Amino acid sequence: MSSTVLITIISLSLLAFLSAVILYFVARKFKVFEDPRIDEVQNVLPAANCGGCGFAGCRNFAEALVRAETFEGLNCPVGGAEVMGQAAKILGREAPVVEPLVAVLLCNGTPEYRPRTSKYDGAYDCRIAHSLYGGETDCSYGCLGMGDCVRACQFDAMYMDPVTDLPVIIDDKCVACGACVRACPRNIIELRKKAKKDRKLYVACSNCDKGGPARRACKVACIACSKCFKVCEFGAITIENNLAYIDATKCTFCRKCVVECPTGSIIELNFPPRKPKAEVTGETVKTTPDI
Amino acid sequence: MLRTFPVGGVHPQENKITAVSPVQVLPVPSSVAIPLSQHIGTPAAVIVNKGDKVKTGQKIAESRGFVSSNIHSSVSGKINRIDSVIDTTGYKQTAVFIDTEGDEWMETIDRSDEIVTDIKLTSEEIIKRCLESGIVGLGGATFPSHVKLTVPAGKKCDVLIINGVECEPYLTSDHRLMLERGEEVLIGVSIIMKALKVNRAMIGIENNKKDAAGHLTKLAGAFNGISVHELKVKYPQGAEKQLIKALINREVPSGKLPLDVNCVVHNVGTAFAVYEAVQKNKPLIERVVTITGKSLSNPGNFLVRTGTPVIRLIEAAGGLPEDTGKIISGGPMMGKALSSLDVPIVKGTSGIILLPRDESVRSEIKACIRCAKCVSACPLGLEPFLLMTLSEKGLFERAEHERITDCMECGSCSFTCPAGRPLLDYIRLGKSNVIKMARERLVKQ
Repeated sequence: MSSTVLITIISLSLLAFLSAVILYFVARKFKVFEDPRIDEVQNVLPAANCGGCGFAGCRNFAEALVRAETFEGLNCPVGGAEVMGQAAKILGREAPVVEPLVAVLLCNGTPEYRPRTSKYDGAYDCRIAHSLYGGETDCSYGCLGMGDCVRACQFDAMYMDPVTDLPVIIDDKCVACGACVRACPRNIIELRKKAKKDRKLYVACSNCDKGGPARRACKVACIACSKCFKVCEFGAITIENNLAYIDATKCTFCRKCVVECPTGSIIELNFPPRKPKAEVTGETVKTTPDI
Repeated sequence: MLRTFPVGGVHPQENKITAVSPVQVLPVPSSVAIPLSQHIGTPAAVIVNKGDKVKTGQKIAESRGFVSSNIHSSVSGKINRIDSVIDTTGYKQTAVFIDTEGDEWMETIDRSDEIVTDIKLTSEEIIKRCLESGIVGLGGATFPSHVKLTVPAGKKCDVLIINGVECEPYLTSDHRLMLERGEEVLIGVSIIMKALKVNRAMIGIENNKKDAAGHLTKLAGAFNGISVHELKVKYPQGAEKQLIKALINREVPSGKLPLDVNCVVHNVGTAFAVYEAVQKNKPLIERVVTITGKSLSNPGNFLVRTGTPVIRLIEAAGGLPEDTGKIISGGPMMGKALSSLDVPIVKGTSGIILLPRDESVRSEIKACIRCAKCVSACPLGLEPFLLMTLSEKGLFERAEHERITDCMECGSCSFTCPAGRPLLDYIRLGKSNVIKMARERLVKQ
C-alpha cells in the first residue's frame, strides 16, 4: 500500500519537474516584450473603460499614449488635465492643455411647451421610436424622452426628470465621455466648453423646421428670426438650417441674446440673478458681481 | 391539397368584414396634399409653382433617376402651396397642396366605361407609359413598376406571377378589385406579359376569396396563358418570395431578386393600374382603399384620390368611433400607426384600420422563455430572438452574419411571441444599422 503512494508521489513529481523545464524554455522562447510604462500609465488612468477617449478601453488608451510621439489629439476626458499631466510625467512628454467639456441637451420641449399629440406604446427605446416616426409631439427633432442617454451614462451623471420628460445632466459628475452623444438617435446632446462656475448659455432647440411649424410644435422652439445673431457683438452666433447656434469658444456670456430671443429658446444657467432695474446692456451685465 | 409556402407563417384572425362591400367612390375632397415621395427611391421633383392651375391627371412632379416615379395631380384646382406634410412614416416630407375647383380632367384621358381589350402598344411603349403614368407596385412596397417591367440584359423571365393573395387581415381592396374589375385586371396582366415578353402568367389567390378566384378563373378562359391558382390561407403568403415558393416551388436565394429565378411578381392592383395607364392613358391618381374597424358604423372599400386626408375617408365610413385606440395605415401586421389624421392617402395605402382601444394595446414585455415559437413562425428561417438580442446590444456585425437583412418585416415573430417581446421593433433597428454599415463599407472601397 505504502509503495503505491510512494510511486505516485515520485512519478507525479517527476512529471511536474519535466513540465516545468519545458515551460521554462517555452516561456523564454516566446517571451513578448511589453513596455513597463504601459502598466504605469494604465495605473493613473481612471479605469472607467468608458471609451470617451475614442479607444476600446483604458489599457488600449495607455498603449496608444506610450506609442504616440506627442499627446496631440489624445485626451482622457474623464481624468482631465490632472491625469493627462501624470501620464505625461511618466512618459516624459508635454500634455497639451485641453479645455474640459460638459454635455448639454439641445432641447427644452417639456410637455408644457411642447404638447403631446400622439402616444407611443412601442418598445421603450429612443432608437426604435426614432426609426418609427417623428415622436409624440409635432417636433420631429426634439427629445423623445425614453432615456437612451441615461442608460448609456456610466457615471450616474444623468437622470430623467419625470416632470419635464427630459434628461438632466449633473455637471459635477459629467466627464464628457460622449456616451450619451453617441446613444442619442436625434443627435441633440452636445459637448460644450465648460465655463467658470458651470455657466451655460446655449440655444436649447434642435428643430430645423421653418419658424411657423417649429413654433406651432413647441413654444420654446428656435424660429431662426436672427435677432440674437444681430445683437451679438462677438460673432458667436450663426444661423444655419433654421436654427441658431452659439459658439461656446466665442461667447462672452453678455446675455444680450437671451433678452432678445422672442421664444425663450436660449437658456442661461448658473448665472447670478439680473439686477431688477439694470439696463440690459453688455456693460451692466458684465459688471454684475458674482455671488 | 392547396399549395402554400413550406417554412413558417402564421394565421391571424381574418376579420375581413368589408369583403362584401362593393367599392364606392369617395367624393373629391376640397383640398389634397400630394407627397412627392409615394414610392421607393428618389423623391420626384416638383414641376409646378404656387398659384398654378392644374387639371386632374396633370403631371406635377417628375421622376428623378431610374428608381423614381412621376406624380400627377389627383384633382383639378389651384396650387395653394408647396409645403411639408406628415406622411404615413410619421415624418415630414414635401407635398403639393392643391385646393380643388371642380373636377376637370386632362383631355388625353379616356374616361369612358368601355373596356378596351386590344393591346396596341409595343413592349417598350408599355414600359414608357408605365413610367409616364407613375405606376408603382400597389401591394404596399410601392416599387416603381417600370423598373420591374424592364428585364435587364443577361436575365430572363419565363413566368409572371400575379399577387392576389391579400394575406393581411382586414384588407379587402384587392379582393373587391378582382371581383368587380376582373376583366380589366386580366387585360392588365396580359399587358404586363407583353411588356415582359412572357407567355405564362399565374394568379395566386388565397382560398378565403373563393368568389374572386372563381370569377377570375371563369374570365381567364378567354385569355391566353393566364391561370388562376387557389392557395391555402397563411400569412405572409403575399410576400414575393413566399408566393414564388408556393406557386412555382422556386426559392429566391438570400439577397437576390425574383428575376434571379426567372420570374417577376406584380400585384393585382398594379395590373389594374397598368390597364388604366396603357388602355385609358390614365395616370395613377386614385386607388381602392379599405376603411375598416369593428366599431366603424359604415366600413367599406372606397375609390380614393391620392392626397386625400385620412379624416375624409373616416368621415365617409361613419366618423371616428369613440373607442378608437389606434389608426393603422396598411394591414394590421405590417402597417404603421398614424400620428395625425391629416396624413394623406398615397399610392401605397391599401387600407386604413381603426382598432378599438382594448385591441390596440401592446402587451407587457416579459422575459424570453426560449420557446422558439418565433423561429418556427419566421417564413425566412431566421432566428428572431437572436436577431433581437444582437440588435439590442448593438452587435450589428454578428447580426449581419445571421442574415438580418433577409428579414422582410412581416411581423410573424412578434405576433406569435407569448412573452410579448418587441422582436420586430429591434430587428428593424438592427436591419437599418446593418444596411447603413454595408453602405459605408461600399463607400470606403
